[in-house]
Amino acid sequence: MSDQSHARTDHDLAPGEEEQHSVGTRILGYVVGLALALLLTATSFFIAGTDLVWQPSIPVALIVLAIAQMGVHLVFFLHITTGPDNTNNVLALAFGLLVVFLVVGGTVWIMAHLNANMPPMDHIIRMQ
Amino acid sequence: MAMTATAGHAQADPHHIGVVTEHPGPAPKRIVTAYGFWIFLLSDIVMFSCFFAAYAVLSGQTADGPKGSEIFEQRNVAIETVCLLLSSFTCGMASIAADVRNRFWFYLGMTVTCVLGLIFLVIELREFADLVARGYGPSRSAFLTAFFSLVGCHGLHVSAGVLWLLTMMAQVFAKGFRADVLRRMMCFALFWHALDIVWVGVFSVVYLLGSAA
Repeated sequence: MSDQSHARTDHDLAPGEEEQHSVGTRILGYVVGLALALLLTATSFFIAGTDLVWQPSIPVALIVLAIAQMGVHLVFFLHITTGPDNTNNVLALAFGLLVVFLVVGGTVWIMAHLNANMPPMDHIIRMQ
Repeated sequence: MAMTATAGHAQADPHHIGVVTEHPGPAPKRIVTAYGFWIFLLSDIVMFSCFFAAYAVLSGQTADGPKGSEIFEQRNVAIETVCLLLSSFTCGMASIAADVRNRFWFYLGMTVTCVLGLIFLVIELREFADLVARGYGPSRSAFLTAFFSLVGCHGLHVSAGVLWLLTMMAQVFAKGFRADVLRRMMCFALFWHALDIVWVGVFSVVYLLGSAA
């Protein structure tokens, strides 16, 4: 947070709020966001159905495209940016993402290994 | 950012007595409300992540029932996705119209958002009804339980969003663009955009990955 940036904005921005822009600029932001999101969606649907690309790469490509599209939504629709007046919103988002990755990643990781480390079913039945 | 302004006075005057003129004061109510709602939305996304995690673990447990690739129709999902994406855009237009106090564009944007949201819900309900009629209800297999709870939870959020949208139109109609109505409108726009973000995860992970696998 430099003094320069502090002088420019003397207050924080609420999430979803933009810095002072004209109506035309704001509409243009949404149009750009919509175009990017449509492009990414179309790519996702195309990738999922095509056999032009190496098949094992498809899941990774779909996840990368999904994360990219979520980023587009955050920046162009929710106006969560890296600007100095947006620090609180970004920090809250970062913590939310940490929890999301812990929950999803942790669950998938543990459950995959739990399954692999379990004795076969007939062993469990014999133990009882 | 309020922290930096007060840090210099913190030791000499911990209770900020006498620095009132230099202290920027509490954030405006608009920022406090939207920030609180942003925290709620993030916790809502954390809740969705639990459903996603459950789906990721259970998606293979079909109990000799149908696999995802056998029951998902990509054409319907594409229509749903486009509907939700366009409704996010029109919701943005409506919130711009609310900021400049333009009733006509506000009502138009909100109506289009509502219609697109309803189209999404109708397609989703027909998909659910069709699956249940074929005997593939949520009790058929663990995969279908996880599928119905994840997609159904998102559908419930969209339904609540549509009700909220109609409430906002009624409030603007009855009370005009008052400050408190505008704050609610801002929270609604955040909610609607966040639902679209969750849907990006749903169509990518459930429908597209499910059909690809």
